[in-house]
Amino acid sequence: MARIVGIDLGTTNSLVAYMKDGKPCVIPGRTGRAMVPSVVAMTDNGLIVGDPAKEHLTRSPERTVYSVKRFMGKGLADVQGELAYFPYSLTEQGGVIRIKLGEKTYSPPQISAMILKELKQRAEAHLGESITKTVITVPAYFNDSQRQATKDAGMIAGLEVLRIINEPTAASLAYGLQEKTQGTIAVYDLGGGTFDISILKLKNGIFEVLATNGDTHLGGDDLDRQVADLFLSEIRSSHGIDLSTYPDHMQAVRLEAEQAKIRLSDELKTQVTVELPDSRGRFTRELTRDQLESLTTNIIERTLAPCRLALKDAGLTPGDIDEIVLVGGSTRMPLVRQRVRELFGKTPHCELNPDEVVALGAAVQADILSGGTTDMLLLDVTPLSLGIETMGGVMSSLIRRNTTIPASAKEMFTTYVDGQTGVDIHILQGERELAKDNRSLARFRLKVPPLPAGVPRIEVTFLIDANGILNVKASDMRTGQTQSIEVKPSYGLSDTEVERMIEDSFKFAAEDVNARKLIEARLDAGALITTTEKSLGEGVHLIAQEDVTGIRAALSALAAAKDGNDPRAIRARMADLEQAAKGLTVALLDDSLKRGLQGKKVSEVT
Amino acid sequence: MDHHHTHSTTPRELQMARSMCWHCQSEIAGEYFCDRCVKVQPVSKETDYFTCFGFPRRLTIDTGQLEAKFYELSRAFHPDFYQNKSETEQAISLGNAATLNTAYRTLRDPIQRAEYLLDLEAGAVKEIRTSPPADLFEEILELQDTLDEYRSADRASDTGRQLRAKLQAEQTTLEQRKRDMETRLQQLFSEWDALQERGEATSQARTERDRLLKQMREIISNRTYVKNIVNDLVATIG
Repeated sequence: MARIVGIDLGTTNSLVAYMKDGKPCVIPGRTGRAMVPSVVAMTDNGLIVGDPAKEHLTRSPERTVYSVKRFMGKGLADVQGELAYFPYSLTEQGGVIRIKLGEKTYSPPQISAMILKELKQRAEAHLGESITKTVITVPAYFNDSQRQATKDAGMIAGLEVLRIINEPTAASLAYGLQEKTQGTIAVYDLGGGTFDISILKLKNGIFEVLATNGDTHLGGDDLDRQVADLFLSEIRSSHGIDLSTYPDHMQAVRLEAEQAKIRLSDELKTQVTVELPDSRGRFTRELTRDQLESLTTNIIERTLAPCRLALKDAGLTPGDIDEIVLVGGSTRMPLVRQRVRELFGKTPHCELNPDEVVALGAAVQADILSGGTTDMLLLDVTPLSLGIETMGGVMSSLIRRNTTIPASAKEMFTTYVDGQTGVDIHILQGERELAKDNRSLARFRLKVPPLPAGVPRIEVTFLIDANGILNVKASDMRTGQTQSIEVKPSYGLSDTEVERMIEDSFKFAAEDVNARKLIEARLDAGALITTTEKSLGEGVHLIAQEDVTGIRAALSALAAAKDGNDPRAIRARMADLEQAAKGLTVALLDDSLKRGLQGKKVSEVT
Repeated sequence: MDHHHTHSTTPRELQMARSMCWHCQSEIAGEYFCDRCVKVQPVSKETDYFTCFGFPRRLTIDTGQLEAKFYELSRAFHPDFYQNKSETEQAISLGNAATLNTAYRTLRDPIQRAEYLLDLEAGAVKEIRTSPPADLFEEILELQDTLDEYRSADRASDTGRQLRAKLQAEQTTLEQRKRDMETRLQQLFSEWDALQERGEATSQARTERDRLLKQMREIISNRTYVKNIVNDLVATIG
């Protein structure tokens, strides 16, 4: 079977990992860094992703998308409260958010697909083979629409998503593999945009999730926002500047707030500097860990209620938890660790890198699916109750939250008017009594043969698969015939739309490849210029003056090409430079050999 | 729109028992894999949850054994292990795993287990009682009044505090009643199991069987009612 990789598609950073000799490991990029910032920028030369895109956050904020995961499976109304924080403009079409970048609009799965493609290419370059199959992680508390959107992103990126697994359970797989742990563990996962708590029982290689809870809108982003809001109001009062009209400076403040927060995990105080627009100087202040903690304590407190609910659903008390595992970059904050320790009365584990552990777990799950690992099995649950709207707008629950998946429920439908030919069904997810307070997943119309009222008997099977995604099937109990159901998702892309996006992604691929080639060529050119200049400094006395002139000319030609937009021109000038510097390289090598031999006896050399 | 709940394995929905392998058409001895071609077989709709786990229809179950069997069958059926198999096998694995999960959830909880067994033996337990059980009638009516008073009272006032104390006392009493019912159910479960062990086919045994089923049904129904009242209470007084 073809290799399956594991992908952690995060709010802030994404990673790809694979199983190597029975051990999961993350795949680094060209620069050696494993994390790809989940940022996509539209430049004049096409779309770019990751570290180079991150530079555009302050340069062209209105064309640089970050934290797109917060929009997956959502409509515009869901994110109304935070629209002001995002510098790019959002619209809605068919219940799905669209992000405007230049002239085009993109759905969140399309943006996520660009990040996935970057990871795919990274894995292909590292492993030297084509990668088409993957396991992708999602927050445990993601609903059906958010999971489906993630799957769509995979398809658009040209990846077959064999399994969607929950981030905290993925982390437990990575831990379980390493520690051979038995007992009851709690995984506390505070990421860039989401919070999950999962309680699992580990026994003889079975990872049974007992309960899960969380908040898909609570994470490091929200902590940064508290800090950034403080800076913004101080800048307003001290300098009289409202930065909200300067998207680039808003981004700079956000990034500085994030960096200060990160530094304060190791230090007790830190210096903050923000350049102000229109040469108005700079804003500086000292931020202490105490100040950060009082700014963020309310948000961190919000993670504790889901923890208590999960314990209650699992029928456990904090004392029953044998071990606590911390996942997600935000768990590096000392206050988070302290609150978790206080709640469970135990010191949490953090041996594995909290940024990488989810991707490592995804690689383990990928290995299980490909038949490599056979002694481990993950039994996960559905995080939210699934039901249908009944008369009076009440939700009737069919599959309760924290039910082990795959899970199915059957429901019999009939008519109450003679000759009625259809029954409308509205599928919901959530814990509230009234249909309108829960998440609308989809609607469909059940076809019924025209018969006297109450005679038709249509059995509908609602099945939540191992990905936590709903499948619906209907069969006529009188004839035994099954009918295909066309489900219209409330907050998702239709199949046709996904297909069109896959086509588009091929169409724009050439454009994107060019942007990518340009970035790589520029990086390589920069490296070549630096090393050549260094060599020239060391060996200028070893070569003829005309060679020195030749190298200097080739250097400036390359520097000029590097500022241009043609990767092929850059590569050509690089070759020129290498050719011009050939003599220098040889001379330097000879020189170092000679010096190495000095002071050594002949017998030592031969 | 009209719809009503039905359990997936009520005797009314029985289909033909499976007896042939879907793949090689050889006869199946009763386990989940064909002896000849080793293909996974769908768990028949006819198989009740007890049989699915290889347990007799008893109300006392060793939960350790149940869990061990659940893990064993999960390893046999889970879709994770069918990724390289045919589409048919993947579909069977998915269906079997879903059935297994439902079966485990039902049998793990003593009350759900009893409700399921009652359903198998004598048809579904009436889902929700609409009127209080006779012996609780007066008590429940009074409680409802107190709850209404409390909801409209100023909670910080003396009256509010008194009502709250009264409700808390009521909660303790009702929780004790619920526990008493559960103890009584346990006794009936043991009696049921003992009767099944003896396996007598006399008319006396049949009368005993019907009496036990009737009593269990009555208590389970009352217990659900009390449980809902307690939940309501807890939700109101916090």
